[in-house]
Amino acid sequence: MRRIFLDHASGCPMDARVIKHMEELYDKSFGNPSSLHTLGLDARKKLEDSREKVAKLIGAERKEEIIFTSGATESNNLALIGYALRNKNGRRKVVVSKIEHISIMNVAKYLSKLGFEVAYAPVDEYGRVKLPKLDEIVDSNTLIVSIAYANGEIGTTQDIRAISDIVHAKGAILHSDGVPAVGRIPVNVVRDQVDMLTLSSNDLYGPKGVGALYVKTGTRIQPIIFGGGQEKGLRSGTENVPAIAGFGMAAEIMYKEWREESEREKQIRDKLIDTLTSNIEQAYLNGHRTLRLPNNASLRFIGIEGESLVLNLDAYGIMASTGSACSSKTLEPSHVLMAIVPNEVEAHGSLMLTLGRDNRIEEVDQVSTVIKDVVSKLRAMSPLWGKPLDLEEWRQKMEHSEGE
Amino acid sequence: MTYSEKVLEHFRNPRNVGEIIDADGVGTVGNPICGDLLTLYIKVRDGKISDIKFKTFGCGAAIATSSMITELAKNKTLDEALKITRNDVANALEGLPPIKMHCSNLAADGLKEAIKDYYSKRGVKLDEKKIIVLDDCPSCGFELKPFRDKSIKFCPRCGVKVTKEV
Repeated sequence: MRRIFLDHASGCPMDARVIKHMEELYDKSFGNPSSLHTLGLDARKKLEDSREKVAKLIGAERKEEIIFTSGATESNNLALIGYALRNKNGRRKVVVSKIEHISIMNVAKYLSKLGFEVAYAPVDEYGRVKLPKLDEIVDSNTLIVSIAYANGEIGTTQDIRAISDIVHAKGAILHSDGVPAVGRIPVNVVRDQVDMLTLSSNDLYGPKGVGALYVKTGTRIQPIIFGGGQEKGLRSGTENVPAIAGFGMAAEIMYKEWREESEREKQIRDKLIDTLTSNIEQAYLNGHRTLRLPNNASLRFIGIEGESLVLNLDAYGIMASTGSACSSKTLEPSHVLMAIVPNEVEAHGSLMLTLGRDNRIEEVDQVSTVIKDVVSKLRAMSPLWGKPLDLEEWRQKMEHSEGE
Repeated sequence: MTYSEKVLEHFRNPRNVGEIIDADGVGTVGNPICGDLLTLYIKVRDGKISDIKFKTFGCGAAIATSSMITELAKNKTLDEALKITRNDVANALEGLPPIKMHCSNLAADGLKEAIKDYYSKRGVKLDEKKIIVLDDCPSCGFELKPFRDKSIKFCPRCGVKVTKEV
């Protein structure tokens, strides 16, 4: 059985060229970039080369604007906490959208515990930030706004330039989580006027455990990790040079290849969405039909639950993911899905298919057939399928049983 | 979170899926809003569960526990079937991930509801457990005696559950 991997948002395979490059570095280039001897200088050069490649990928003007971190979660923490704490004596409000990544959501909660006011910008039924609402929420007390270029779960992209104009007009700054978007859609921090941007290496087919934060010159943040003062004092700790060099190489490859690859993945995505929504009844697309990542097909199937769908697909060698509750560490439906779908039951029936370089358009027929069969099988055993669902009645029952 | 082989086996090949049109007892537990809903149907002959089927909306654990309860309950007397606990189901499945023990392990409750339904259709009320209000709130210590007559379920001060089944 040939396996078909459709979960690239959760983890990308490493580019073979990057693996080869890193293997050599682990063997020969083990110096510490802070050392003064030849091996140290060699490591420093590798580090700075990578910085330049990452800067180029996102259109940053200076390579010094790139701070290497352990990954996107750390970058998101550094951006929001670092900026809020550095500037805490002025404005006190932090604004994030309702569909940000969990690492932004939980940092926002933390900042609220520290005494910052946190406000959530609403999105429409497609997951697009409502710009007039954002304009109301971002005010003269707003310090920083964090809105991702695109949402990795439902695929919807944002008009980041319009958002940055709103944010800057109020004198606040904009951080954006660029992880799902970079290498898939055009991301340019200068054109889009983004003050800080989070990047992940693995999403660019580089190694895991490394990422970066772009910090525009003049944006003042403080570190959240203290030590020897590496990365301009903003991220102490000896740099993981082989991983950073792998990240740099992955960024360089992405810069050259992403447009063509995105166009190819978009064809697969469209065929997948069209086939599934036309061949399976009551199957709906999550997110926007066109303003979406080229590698994301997020769907929901009425009457079934996402985890059981994913487990069944795995038995056929198809690896996918669900935004729904039961596969994750909490049992709540994902906050992203809940922000855009009509109700909890529909959110529970979601399936997230994210494409990558290893997928082929020829796989669509097989994948669609298997999904159709599995959905039928699960619907046949579902007490919800084919019957009207009185959600209000269930909601009341839930309130009665709360606390038991 | 990983499922045991047994859970996956039952999940992939669930036993006794379906409805019994002329069921003697039907039990529904769970809530689709929470992501799990189970309906169990039983036929009773000579005091024994002669046939049992289920329909479940839910995750892997919800489907596997539903399948397992039908195997555990089939051909048991109603008294024996009533004694099957959530833990019995989880053990028969070689364990469930901790997070699933509470929310998705509904099958034993569903069976009890189906048997209750069978009895109530015959005018028999199963020994209902009596629910009493505690003397003091177990969380904040608030004195609850003055509220006994008002049949409260939750502490008026801190909101935690203050009833107990006896």
